[in-house]
Amino acid sequence: MPRMLYAEAVVEVLRRSVEGDDRVHLMGQYFLGLTPHRTMVGDLYRQYPDRVYFPPIAELGYVGAGIGAAIAGLRPIVDCATASFTFQAFAQILNEAANIHYMSGGQTSVPMVIHYNHGVRGGGAAQHSHSPQAMMWNTPGLEIVTPSNPADLIGLVLTAVASDNPTIWVDHVRLFDIEGEVPENIEPIPFGRASIPREGTDLTIFASSWMVRRSLEASELLASEGISVEVVDPRTLVPLDEEAILRSVAKTGRLLVVDECHLRCGVGAEIAATVAEHAYGDLLAPIRRLATLDVPVPFSPPLEQYVEPTTAKILAAARSVTGVQSGA
Amino acid sequence: MVVTAPAQSGPEDLEMMWRIRAFEEKASELFARGKISGLLHLAIGQEATAVGVCGALQPTDRVFSGHRPHGHAIAKGAETGRLFAELAGRRTGYCGGKGGSMHLAAPEVGFVTATGIVAGNLPLALGAALSSKCRGESDVAVAFFGDGAAQTGLFHECLNLASLWQLPVVLVCENNGFAEFSPLSAHTVVERLADHADTYGIPTETIDGNDLTVVRPAAAAAIDRARNGGGPSFLECLTHRLRGHYEGDPTLKRGAAARDEAKDPIQRFTRFLHDAARSAELEGIEVRVRAEVEQAAEEALAAPWPERDDLLTNVVAQP
Repeated sequence: MPRMLYAEAVVEVLRRSVEGDDRVHLMGQYFLGLTPHRTMVGDLYRQYPDRVYFPPIAELGYVGAGIGAAIAGLRPIVDCATASFTFQAFAQILNEAANIHYMSGGQTSVPMVIHYNHGVRGGGAAQHSHSPQAMMWNTPGLEIVTPSNPADLIGLVLTAVASDNPTIWVDHVRLFDIEGEVPENIEPIPFGRASIPREGTDLTIFASSWMVRRSLEASELLASEGISVEVVDPRTLVPLDEEAILRSVAKTGRLLVVDECHLRCGVGAEIAATVAEHAYGDLLAPIRRLATLDVPVPFSPPLEQYVEPTTAKILAAARSVTGVQSGA
Repeated sequence: MVVTAPAQSGPEDLEMMWRIRAFEEKASELFARGKISGLLHLAIGQEATAVGVCGALQPTDRVFSGHRPHGHAIAKGAETGRLFAELAGRRTGYCGGKGGSMHLAAPEVGFVTATGIVAGNLPLALGAALSSKCRGESDVAVAFFGDGAAQTGLFHECLNLASLWQLPVVLVCENNGFAEFSPLSAHTVVERLADHADTYGIPTETIDGNDLTVVRPAAAAAIDRARNGGGPSFLECLTHRLRGHYEGDPTLKRGAAARDEAKDPIQRFTRFLHDAARSAELEGIEVRVRAEVEQAAEEALAAPWPERDDLLTNVVAQP
């Protein structure tokens, strides 16, 4: 099976989307962030100059224009670059895109994709490191996809582009260098179906996006300590595959949620609450949440290490939940 | 062949203005009687902008309105009965009772949506225009907004984008001189809002928005420009709201009655038609339209409420 960098998969799925449907237009130029991969998407831009727009740095206006274009017949994929910049466009994403289908009683749809790169990326500090997934999730009407590997990325974004709803495509610049197998004839992946990238019996780790990679890395190390971890990657937060999470917790009896949103009211809080409500009887230990601490993300590298859920923190939390006193 | 927008106006336009007036007055009455809840913003006195612009559009042209949208929807061809039903939260309303007054949508007649967010409809109209342009369609997009919108950042982002991308959009500013309760001068030192459009190189005009015979040809010219690839236009329509900001507003009666009368677009256009020796064609219009609107309201209030099961539908579109 061919292997591909995540960054290459971003370009591949944009290409497939543009080639597959002439209603698909691209707006924005930072799908690959300000990384060394940034220009990889350039060939596609040159090939389809009439279907690519480089708007001025005015997220509220151009995301809104994307919404209007979607209402009127296009299927725009609109890039907000860094997740923190989506705040500039929140008024249009949350109050127009998310509401229009409902407010119109189903008469009007907004078939668009909004892309951003979230999370702590190294030196982004407070204004370039946000993970607004939970804020988005608190807004009915949006779909949210959080791929963690190249194959899932392609399959999920193909579904997002075909969806009649505004769909948030969440990327992380630290994923861009991940390599993974991508089947030749990859199919769209239906929303609401979690994947289990690692099976285990002692502990369930719920993680999305970049945190899946860290959780898998930690799980490997924990295996050598005799702790068998199962990793649940929801792939889409909205819709959420609740069944898969509850099934896994029923099997392991323990849950650690690893998430890059801030702790309070974050994605982790929602998952913990869901399991507490529906699977209390299955739990052998209290649920643990590991998230970005409730302070603005600092700039200094050592401070940044303290604020985010690192592999070391995952190891410690996993040992604590499973009752293992000390690490190997 | 590209259609040319009509620059003339006639008795059918007077009828449409009366339809809006009758609708708004009936809505006011129903609100006062507790039959309509929520926030209700009426456009009594602003009928000439809605009719002047929408009457020059094609059915597939797309209109995006704001929080004072009833007149625009009616002028674009929406049925008063389904609009009343929506205002009254009934299942038979255009949006099944989920939108209400500020979030009306009747896309089947090209009234795409209203929004309760000041200036929130501007980028939507731009996007619709972008879609038309990209897909080689001739449809024009129109955004109606008040003078309050011109003080938002989004307004300026949108003027810049419309100009930069030369979008087939007509931006209609209904300048009634009041942003909610404040006179324009309390919010900006810019006296002519059309000057903003000048800054961005958008053709613009400031016109008497209460004179249908002025609004219609100005709108037609702007619509033709958009449809023929000439890009965006900005129309500043000076108008005069005859009611308060919202129904129940304690400052409901604003200004002297005599001044209101002089500015009333319906009275003015009626006089114009009389002067044009078309009095015979005007007979019975008001009575007929009021009866029609009365009937529509009665039917709407007799319609069923939405059911509990309706609550959870339309959150997301199903494949």
